[in-house]
Amino acid sequence: MSTHAGGYSADPRIRRIEWLPWIVALAAFFLLPEYLSLGARIVIYVLYALSLDLILGYAGIITLGHSAYFGLGAYVVGILAAKAGITDPMVQLAAAAAAGALLGLTTGAIILRTRALTLLMLTLAITSVLLEIANKASTLTGGADGLSGVVIAPILGLFRFDMYGKTAYLYCLVVLLIGWWLVRKIIYSPFGTSLTGVRENSLRMHAIGAPVYWRLVLVYTLSATIAGVAGGLITQTNQFVGLNVLSFESAGELLVMLILGGVGRIYGAFVGPVVYLIAQDLLAKQFPEYWYFGIGTMLVLVVMFARGGILGILDGLIARLRRKA
Amino acid sequence: MKHNTIRTATLVLALLLCAAQASAQTIKIGSVLTLSGPNATLGENMDRAIKLYMKLNQDKLPPGVKVEVITRDDGGPNPDKAKQLSQELIVRDKVQFLAGMTWTPNAMSSAPLSTEAKVPMVIMNAGTSVITTMSPYIVRLSFTLWQSSLPMGTWAAKRFKTAYVAVSDFGPGHDAQAAFTKGFTDGGGKIVGEVRIPLANPDFIPFMQRAKDAKPDAIFGFVPAGKQATAIMKAYGELGLDKAGVKFIGPGDITTDEELANMGDVPLGVLTMFHYSAAADRPANKAFIAAWHKEYGANSTPSFMSVGAWDGMDAIYYAIREQKGKIDPDRTMELLKQYKSADSPRGPISIDPETRDIVQNEYLREVRKVGGRLENVELETVQTAVKDPWKIINNKK
Amino acid sequence: MQAVLASVVSVAFHGAALGMILYVISVGLSVTMGLMGFANLAHGVFAMAGGYVLTTAISRFGVPFPLALALAFVLVGTASIVLERLLYSRLYTASDLEQVLFTIGLIFIAVAVARFIYGTLQQPVVLPQYLKGQFSLLGRDFPTYRVFIIGFSAVMVGLLWFGVERTRWGAMVRAAVDNRAMAQSVGIDTKRLFTLTFALGSGLAGLGGGLGAEIIAIQPTYPFENLVYFLVVVAVGGLGSLRGPFVAALLIGVSDTACKYWLPQFGAFPIYVATIAILLWRPAGLFGRHA
Repeated sequence: MSTHAGGYSADPRIRRIEWLPWIVALAAFFLLPEYLSLGARIVIYVLYALSLDLILGYAGIITLGHSAYFGLGAYVVGILAAKAGITDPMVQLAAAAAAGALLGLTTGAIILRTRALTLLMLTLAITSVLLEIANKASTLTGGADGLSGVVIAPILGLFRFDMYGKTAYLYCLVVLLIGWWLVRKIIYSPFGTSLTGVRENSLRMHAIGAPVYWRLVLVYTLSATIAGVAGGLITQTNQFVGLNVLSFESAGELLVMLILGGVGRIYGAFVGPVVYLIAQDLLAKQFPEYWYFGIGTMLVLVVMFARGGILGILDGLIARLRRKA
Repeated sequence: MKHNTIRTATLVLALLLCAAQASAQTIKIGSVLTLSGPNATLGENMDRAIKLYMKLNQDKLPPGVKVEVITRDDGGPNPDKAKQLSQELIVRDKVQFLAGMTWTPNAMSSAPLSTEAKVPMVIMNAGTSVITTMSPYIVRLSFTLWQSSLPMGTWAAKRFKTAYVAVSDFGPGHDAQAAFTKGFTDGGGKIVGEVRIPLANPDFIPFMQRAKDAKPDAIFGFVPAGKQATAIMKAYGELGLDKAGVKFIGPGDITTDEELANMGDVPLGVLTMFHYSAAADRPANKAFIAAWHKEYGANSTPSFMSVGAWDGMDAIYYAIREQKGKIDPDRTMELLKQYKSADSPRGPISIDPETRDIVQNEYLREVRKVGGRLENVELETVQTAVKDPWKIINNKK
Repeated sequence: MQAVLASVVSVAFHGAALGMILYVISVGLSVTMGLMGFANLAHGVFAMAGGYVLTTAISRFGVPFPLALALAFVLVGTASIVLERLLYSRLYTASDLEQVLFTIGLIFIAVAVARFIYGTLQQPVVLPQYLKGQFSLLGRDFPTYRVFIIGFSAVMVGLLWFGVERTRWGAMVRAAVDNRAMAQSVGIDTKRLFTLTFALGSGLAGLGGGLGAEIIAIQPTYPFENLVYFLVVVAVGGLGSLRGPFVAALLIGVSDTACKYWLPQFGAFPIYVATIAILLWRPAGLFGRHA
C-alpha cells in the first residue's frame, strides 16, 4: 500500500475534484428517493471506514477489533434512548463520541505498547470482551434479542426520522462532512505526516526523538471517537441495535471495503463502501453464497495484483493515459 | 343488422377481456428468512414450504390475481439487517404483506415498520410471546414457547419431583424457562437449578455436567432447533444422563424432525410437548408429507417451521380471497383475526382475535424408532385450543 | 467435599479434551508463524477441511474411523502443499497487512465453497461402536470418546516433540526459527523446509479438525467462529514454540470449561480478560522467543 493522498508536503487546500462525492451524494437524495436508507448505510460506513483508514492506512496499526468502538457507540445511543429516556439525537451522538474516545484512549494506551500478532490478538480480545458484556447484560442491552424501543426525537425538534430515510440520509451526510473535514485536517497536518513516518519506518522515528507511542495513542483515540460516532448513527437511523454491531464478520467486511477502495487514502474510504454496499445490494440477494466467494477471491486478487485497491488501479490508468498524451 | 350485432358483440367481448386483464394484479409478499450462515436450514425449510404451498394452491386465488413472494436473506439473528430488508421490501418493492421472520430479534426490529407503513406482518416462526404486542398489524401463525412449555411443566410435575432447567440465553429461551418453571412449581415440583447457555455456544458438555451434578429427575432443555438441538442431545448422551435415569424433556424444538436423523440413538425416549410432529398420522399431515416428499425427495423432512410457513401462506391466501385481490391493510387484519383452519397438518388451528396470536393443540410426543428411523410419535393430545398463556397471565394484548 | 472433587475432576477432564484438540489444531499455526513469519489466519480452514474429509469418508464412503483420521491428515497436508507453492509462497515477503488480508480472503472463499458443496447443516459424526459410550475410571464415568481424544492427541504430541527434538528435520526447523538467514547460510534449503513444515502443520490441523468434530462442530463458518480460539492459543503460547501453545491450549480448554461450569453467567468473559492480562504481561506469549 504505497501511494496515498496527503502526507509529506502535499497542498492541504481542497481540490475541486474533492467536491465530487458530495455532489453525487446530494444528487442521489433527489434522484433516488427509494434508496435513501441504503444511502444512509453507505454514508455511515464511509465514516466508519475513514476512522479505520486513519489507523490502518496512515498509522499502520493492523486491527481486527475496530468494531469494539463502533459497537460501543451504537449501544451507548441505544441504551440512552431506550433505557435512560435521553432522546435528543445530538446529545446521544456526543455521548457516543465521548464513549468511543474514552475506550479508545484506555485500550490504546494499553495495547499500543505491543506489535504485530500480539496487538492483533489484543484487539480481538477486547472486542470479544465487549461482545460478551453486551450478550450477558441483557437487561441493559437486550442481549441476543437486541434493543428495541429506541426513541429518537426529531432533530432540532423539526426533522423526524421517517421510514423512507430522508432525514436520516441528510443527517448522516452532515455528520460525515464534519468527520471528513476533521480527518483531512489531521492527515494534512505535521501530525499526519509524522504518522506516515511511524508507519514507514518506526525505528527511524524513534531515532529522531519523535514520541511514537503517544502519537499512536492519539490517532487511535481519534479514530475510536469517529468509529463511535458512526456506531451511534447506525442506531439512530435504524432505531434498533443488535449484537452484530460488535461482530467479527462486520469488522472483516469493513476491512474488505477499505481495501477495495484503497487503503491509506482518504477517498479509498469513500469508494470502497460505496462499491461494496451497492454491489452487495444488487448481487448478494440472489446468490448469497456466491457473494462471499466473490469477496474472498477479490481480496486475494487485490492483495496479489492490485494492492492499491480501486483507486490504485485508477491511478495507474491515469498515469498511463498521461504518459500517452 | 346481423353484421352490426356481431361487431358489437365482439367489441363488448374485447372490452370485457380488457377489463379482466386490467384487474389482473400481482400481490407481493416480502419474506425475510435465514438462508445463509450456520442456521440456513431453518430458513430453507420455511422457504420450501412457501413455494410448495404456492405451487399447489394456485386455484385458491381469485381469478386474475397472482401472488409473488420476494425472498430476502437475513443471514441469521441479525435484527438490523432484517429491519433494513423489511424497509426495502416495503419502500422499494412495495409489498403488501411481510412474512417469514425466522428469529425473534428480527421480527421485533421490523415491527415498527409494520405499524408505520400499515403492512400486515404474518409471523411464520419467531416464538417469543411479546412480539405480537409490538404492532397491531402483526399476526402469528407459528407458536409461542409458553404454549408448549407451560403444559410441559404442568404435565412433568405429575411425573417428576425435581427438574433442572437449561435454556439458551435469548427471548424464546427466557420464555421457555419462565413457562416451564411456572407450570412445574404450580404443580408441586421443585426446580433444583437453572442455567442460561450463550446462544453462540459450541460445547454443551459443561452445562449439561452442571445439570447432571444437581441430580434432578429430569432436565428441561430449550435450544434453537437445528444444529444446537443435535449438539445438546449429544452432550446428554455423552454424559450418560439417560443411563443415570435423568429424563430429558422440553418443547419440540429439541427433537426437531429434520435433525433427528443426525442425533443417533440418543433421543430415544425423550419426551417433548409440541404443536407439530412430522410423524403425526392425521390425514392432513399425511397429504402434506406426501406432497413434500414428491417435491423435495423422500429423504427430506419438513419441520415445524415448514408448517408455520405453510399455514401462514394459507392465512394470507384466505385474506386475499376474501378481499378478491384488493388488499386493504385494516380489512386484512380483521380477516386474519378470524382465520381458522381445520386442515392444517398440525390439527385444528385458529387465531385469537384479541391477541392476534395462534391458537392450537399441544401434543405429548416421545421419540421412538419407527421403521428404522427416529420419529416424534404423538402419544396424546394434552390440551386443545391452547391460547398463549403468557398473555392471559399478564393481561396483555 | 466429595461432590466438589468430582466436579473438579470432571471439569479438568473435559477441559483437557478440549485443550488437546485446540493444541493439535493450533500447533501447526504456531510453528509456521514462528518459522515463516507468516500470519496465516486461514489456519482454521485446514482444520475444517480435515473435519469434512473425516465426516464424508465415514458417512459417504464407509471408511473405518482410523483410516478416515489418517485420510484427514494426508489429504489436507497434501492440499496445503499445493496452496503453499501456488499462493502462500508469493507472500512471504509481503507486509503483515497483506498477509492478513490474503488469509481473510481465503477464509471467505473456503466458507463459500464449503457451503456450496455441503450445505449449511452441521456434519454428523458417526463414531465407531468401540468409541461410544462411557469409560469407568475410579468410580466415575467418562465419555469414551473424550478419553480417546486425550490419549490419541497425547501420542501425536509425543511424536511431534520427538520429531522436532531428535530428528534432523527437527533440528533444521529449530535452526530456521531461531535465525533464518544463518540457517540458509549453512546450506539449509529453507524453501523446502517451509513447504514440508507447512504441510505437516496443516495436516495436523486437518487431523485435529476431524478428531475434534464432536466438540467443535464442522460447518461452513468454522474458520471464522473458531479463529479467536486458535489465535489465542498461539499468541498466549508464543510463536514458534511447541511447549508454549500446549500449555496455553490446556489452560484455555480447562478455563473455558471451568467458567462455563461454575460461572455460566459470565460466559467466555474471563477467558478474554485473562488473555489480555497474559499478553500484556508477556507480549511474546508465555514461552515466546522474540521480544
